[in-house]
Order: sequence, then C-alpha cells, then structure tokens
Amino acid sequence: MPSVTVNATRMELTRLKNRLKTAVRGHKLLKDKRDELMKQFLESVRENRTLRRRVEEGLMRAHGSFTVASALMSPEGLEQALLYPKQRVELDMTTRNIMSVPVPMYTFRTKECKGKELYPYGFAMTSCEIDGAVEALSSVFQDMLKLAQVEKTSQLLAQEIEKTRRRVNALEYVMIPRMQESIKYIRMKLEENERNNIVRLMKVKDMLLAEALEEKRRQDQKIVQHL
Amino acid sequence: MYKIAVVGDRDSVLGFQALGLSVFPVETAEEARRVIHATAKEAYAIIYLTEQLGTQLKDLLAQYEKELAPAVILIPGKEGSLGIGMEKITETVERAVGADILA
Repeated sequence: MPSVTVNATRMELTRLKNRLKTAVRGHKLLKDKRDELMKQFLESVRENRTLRRRVEEGLMRAHGSFTVASALMSPEGLEQALLYPKQRVELDMTTRNIMSVPVPMYTFRTKECKGKELYPYGFAMTSCEIDGAVEALSSVFQDMLKLAQVEKTSQLLAQEIEKTRRRVNALEYVMIPRMQESIKYIRMKLEENERNNIVRLMKVKDMLLAEALEEKRRQDQKIVQHL
Repeated sequence: MYKIAVVGDRDSVLGFQALGLSVFPVETAEEARRVIHATAKEAYAIIYLTEQLGTQLKDLLAQYEKELAPAVILIPGKEGSLGIGMEKITETVERAVGADILA
C-alpha cells in the first residue's frame, strides 16, 4: 500500500508517470549541479586556506612592527601620525555567477592625494618601526581583499551545496520511491479489476449457456410429448 | 562605490587607517556588534573583524554569512592568531561536504 492514498484510475496513472519522469530528470540535473558546485567549492576552499595562511602571517608581521612602534612613540603621537591617510581606497563590487550562485568580485582603486608615498606622516616625529608596519600592511592588503572574496565565495557555495544536496536526497529517497510505489499500486489495482471483469464475464457466459441449454431441453421434451 | 571597514581594538586596527580604510576602534563585543550592524546598512562591502571579538560574536558572523554583502572576514588581532579563521573554513567544508576532507 502506498503511504498516500491514490485513486486507482488510468488518468491518475498517466499523471503519476509524467510526474515521475519530471522528478527523475530533475534529480539528474540537480545531481550534476551539486557535483559541479562541489568542484568549484573545493577549488575555492583550497585557495581560501593558502590565502588565509598568508594573510595571517603578514598581519602578524605588521602587528609586530606596530607593537614596537607603539612602545617607542606616545599613543597620541602614533594616532596623530596615522590620522590623516594619504590615500583613499575605493572598492568596486561586481557579482559573478557560479552555477546560478551570485558571488562577489572585488576590484579596488587607491586614490593617492599627492606623490607616490604611502606614509601619511613626516619622518621627523615618528619612529622608523611604524614605516615597516605600514608597509607590511599595505603589502598584505591585496591578499586581504582576495581573501574576503574567496572566503565569501566559499561560504555562499557551501550554502548552495547544502541546499542542493538536500533536494537531491529528498528526490532520490522520498519523492521518487513514493511515486514508483503509487504507480505500482495503481497498476496492480487495475490488473485486479481486469481479472475481476473477466471472471464476471465468464460467469455470465456460463449462466447464459446454462439457460439456453435448459430452454433447448424443455423444447425437446415438448416435441417428444407431442409425438 | 563601496567602502571597507575594520573593526577591532584600537591597537590592532589603527594601522589600517594609513591605508585609507574606515577604522572603527571598539572596546567591547557589544560595541562591535552595534558598529557592524550600522556599517552593514551602509555601503560597506567588506568588514574586517579581529578574531578576539569574533569569538564573542558567533551569531553575528552566522547571520552575515548568508548575505552577499557585506563579507565579515576575521583577521588576527595584535594578540596573534587564534586559529578561528582557519576553523571557520573547516566548518564551511564540513557543512558542504559532510566531513572535513582537506585536513
């Protein structure tokens, strides 16, 4: 017995067969999507790992120089030195489509106010450690941006994979077997009806035959009596 | 045009000011939460958050993980890397694949 009660009719059978065909097709497509997503995801995760390692190392170096600088300079002086940046960063975000998952792409432009120099302060009042810190930061910044992009991408992909996997499993283990069961049930029910019908017809035929025989016999008897 | 925010304790984030990023020095996790919510509403596409604060704001990270923008990215603060950023990647892999296959 199927878990859902279905009408055992020919129309229902056709409908279910069509639905099953669609479900099987959808299952195949979703499975392909999942596989491709997984491929893309693993690529981006691998990149994510190497980038993160690099960024963390770079930042630790920058923090190290920074700590020394803050030990050599007064907190006010340090803040004053960095307060007014010489460059401005402008970020552009476009989206890329990976298997219908929109993921961000960042491009950035730095706007220098004057000169090519990165340091927003004069060298007279500051310790040289701070130069190293700022330089380390600016060299790691490109990777930080890429890290943001890759990490966001892998997060979004992971979500989509989870969703797709759930759909694939629902189709594979619930929807499709349930429909197959229903189709089987209807088929058996229809065959049973068919057999019922044949038996009934045979019975009727027997009865008719018996009646005809009886009639014939009676007629024969009448004739015999006449003679 | 989008902007980039850096949220964390003063000593960890001050340096980013020289690069021209928007720096938000905060003291407590609650303050960071407020700042992140506020910046997320504006045109900030990337928010860098120190790991030290990130440990106390797990729910916030999970919330923004679903969005396209902003990307909240953990960076090590001045105390050093806590390995949470790496852990997060492993978590993502486990979520997608069901097991950490890259370990």
